[in-house]
Amino acid sequence: MTERQTFEHDVLVIGAGGAGLRAAIEASAGGGKVGLVCKSLLGKAHTVMAEGGIAAALANVDARDQWQVHFADTMRGGQYVNHWRMAQIHAQEAPARVRELEAWGAVFDRTKDGRILQRNFGGHRYPRLAHVGDRTGLEMIRTLQDHGIHRGIDVHMECTIVQLFKDGGRVVGALGYDRERGRFRLFRAGAIVIATGGIGRAFEITSNSWEYTGDGQTLAYDAGADLIDMEYVQFHPTGMVWPPSVRGILVTEGVRGEGGVLRNNLGKRFMFDDIPDNYKAQTADNPEEGWRYTQGDKQARRPPELLTRDHVARCIMREVKAGRGSPHGGVFLDIAWIKDKLPHAAEHIKKKLPSMYHQFKELAGIDITAVPMEVGPTTHYVMGGIRVDPDSQMSTVPGLFAAGECAAGLHGANRLGGNSLSDLLVFGQRAGDHAARWAKAHGGGKVDEAEVAAAERAMLLPMDRASSGGENPYAIQHALQKDMQALVGIVRNEADMLAAVEKLQQFRARAAKAAAPGNREYNPGWHTAMDLHCLLTVAEAIARSAASRKESRGGHFREDFPDKSATFGKLTTVVRRGGDGSMQLEHVPVPKVPADLQQIIDENQK
Amino acid sequence: MKPATFRVWRGNQGGGEFRDYRTEIGEGMVVLDAVHQIQAESASDLAVRWNCKAGKCGSCSAEVNGQPRLMCMTRCADLPLDQPVTLQPMQAFPLIRDLVTDVSWNFAVKQRIKPFKPRPADAPDGTWRMQQADIDRVQEFRKCIECFLCQDVCHVLREHQKHEQFIGPRFLVHVAALEMHPLDTEDRLPELQQAYGIGFCNITKCCTVVCPEHITITDNAIIPLKERVVDRFYDPLKRLFRRLLGRS
Repeated sequence: MTERQTFEHDVLVIGAGGAGLRAAIEASAGGGKVGLVCKSLLGKAHTVMAEGGIAAALANVDARDQWQVHFADTMRGGQYVNHWRMAQIHAQEAPARVRELEAWGAVFDRTKDGRILQRNFGGHRYPRLAHVGDRTGLEMIRTLQDHGIHRGIDVHMECTIVQLFKDGGRVVGALGYDRERGRFRLFRAGAIVIATGGIGRAFEITSNSWEYTGDGQTLAYDAGADLIDMEYVQFHPTGMVWPPSVRGILVTEGVRGEGGVLRNNLGKRFMFDDIPDNYKAQTADNPEEGWRYTQGDKQARRPPELLTRDHVARCIMREVKAGRGSPHGGVFLDIAWIKDKLPHAAEHIKKKLPSMYHQFKELAGIDITAVPMEVGPTTHYVMGGIRVDPDSQMSTVPGLFAAGECAAGLHGANRLGGNSLSDLLVFGQRAGDHAARWAKAHGGGKVDEAEVAAAERAMLLPMDRASSGGENPYAIQHALQKDMQALVGIVRNEADMLAAVEKLQQFRARAAKAAAPGNREYNPGWHTAMDLHCLLTVAEAIARSAASRKESRGGHFREDFPDKSATFGKLTTVVRRGGDGSMQLEHVPVPKVPADLQQIIDENQK
Repeated sequence: MKPATFRVWRGNQGGGEFRDYRTEIGEGMVVLDAVHQIQAESASDLAVRWNCKAGKCGSCSAEVNGQPRLMCMTRCADLPLDQPVTLQPMQAFPLIRDLVTDVSWNFAVKQRIKPFKPRPADAPDGTWRMQQADIDRVQEFRKCIECFLCQDVCHVLREHQKHEQFIGPRFLVHVAALEMHPLDTEDRLPELQQAYGIGFCNITKCCTVVCPEHITITDNAIIPLKERVVDRFYDPLKRLFRRLLGRS
């Protein structure tokens, strides 16, 4: 094969969002040689789009907050199928990770006494999200980036990894290509951390960028690692719905945190109609109390708009299906109404939600300080992913670690807003630390040349096929996204999901014919053709896992099994690659919560 | 839906040409949507860099009808579609292919800038206290999404190619964010005067005009930095004192 470049690292981190950057910083702290691969330019990863904030029980705004409450909130939000140990570590370590960002130059919004300000968010009992207006993700990724570039990390920008290699059962290498020139790059490493984010591009309506094609989940799966919880996909309740070209772009939950309310076309605040029993005690039963909560009244309970995302998304779907939706198939999200309550409301909104103001003004021609927005659910996040050890973040394949969205366990069946950025920091740090230790203890290994050469040949196939016709990779991708949205979307049933599994086999056959005319230089058609394998793998994992769970829980809602089942509530879905290459599925027990933590959960039920 | 023509630069360092692509423009479509549609319909290898499609990542910078813009934030309806829309890559950076340029110089520049160095923590628990009023300005600078449109439009870089001597508006904003950070203790004024080349900027404000984040680059970042540099190095009284004290 032509022009292959080879790089040697102690630790290779794949993905340079919050988790990957944090992992790389930690791995380099011990003096090891660290490589950081990113599919885009550095600092452009999806973390940049996170808006609301980083959840951490700093107790700066409400002294009653502590890690135990954050832990209990996370478990309740996840419908108790989370891995308790991850939820515990996350709640305990998040405050230190946030303070560390400040020491590295992050400039969070402040309280009156000069400390890091925290805001309310869905499912969090107290104001807990450290934030910078509605661009917290940008602040976080830029802080990590600017700190990381002075740590001696080798950054490989615009490079996509397509395969991992093992030596005697443990992972020792990775092969990819640089997007700019299309040259192959082989990375040898003592340990590899996957931090590639999510799978949103498997669906038609998504808040996710093009990068989110399930690469990390697929790399791990192909290397023999277990994936868990893949049926739990989060559909964020508020994405833009109009105009069509912006459909799916996120509208931050911060709008509701600042007092924004959801209304149907009758002008009714429909969220008051359906408050789940386990949240009744802490949810306001009238608009006035809800408003007081958003304005910091500690005696008030939160408005129902701030119930968990899975629930709000379903309520919106219900309104739309019942014909009470907005003109373009969503509902109304109104922040402009606060002018009845606050002087200078327009300025207040622009100050608190600057990117939202900007986004609607420039993309939809709408002034959110004057009129309501139209919003509807959008594919946002996958709770499932690579199964990891809660303490070390090592996957079920030795030497392979995972952190952030591509890893699973922390969020259970539904993630709370704000728990993602803290997840990236807490588990990115742990994965980097443990990967560095592993690399030190085990050193590098042998990468089989024949395997590498075979993978390189496979990468070139879409270009080879171009001369003899073949299928347009974009057309395959679009069709796949449409089918996943329709068949394995927000509301699921057995027949649809089995049809999806069937269709995915046909898509595999079509993907094998995908053709990419042109050459290897920055060729998006070729890149798209190669991404199809990952999209198909995660799509199959989602469809099969979802079909196997005969209940509704969190992000997984089935109209044929609309209720929770005690039996399934004790089971975690696992998929892995069988010896014959087919996807194997099994259910294993959800890890049992120890008595002392169970007591914390019970005490916080009130 | 109505058809429009996009005149897109196709080519690499070896040469290239503008090619016309016709595609249907639907309601609300932005230029990046049109590029994607052209990719899917008739030019699968058309190179374009993008990520978030929401104006938050700063990847899809290009020149639309000669104006440096984020393609994801440029609505087709705001362009005169009765004539071809010209799309070309940023001109201040080496071309890779089609609409994609090699912006790696920017990343190398940032590496050269002295990093954040905080004062010791204010509180025993290792935290600091800052007032919101004292960080408003720094937060404005930290809105930067690193799209490099300001670098693209800056004539010091674009026409005069002073990439070796001048760090450009983006990194003057970066330095300003560090210098005005209430916790920072580093001194970057000698570098601003020398290695960062702040003197090359003659305040034409083109950078401010193109900034998609509406950062007032010239007035709020560059001019205050210039004042600090002048104050330190060109104040005649201070120069005299320095000479008397034997410092250069």
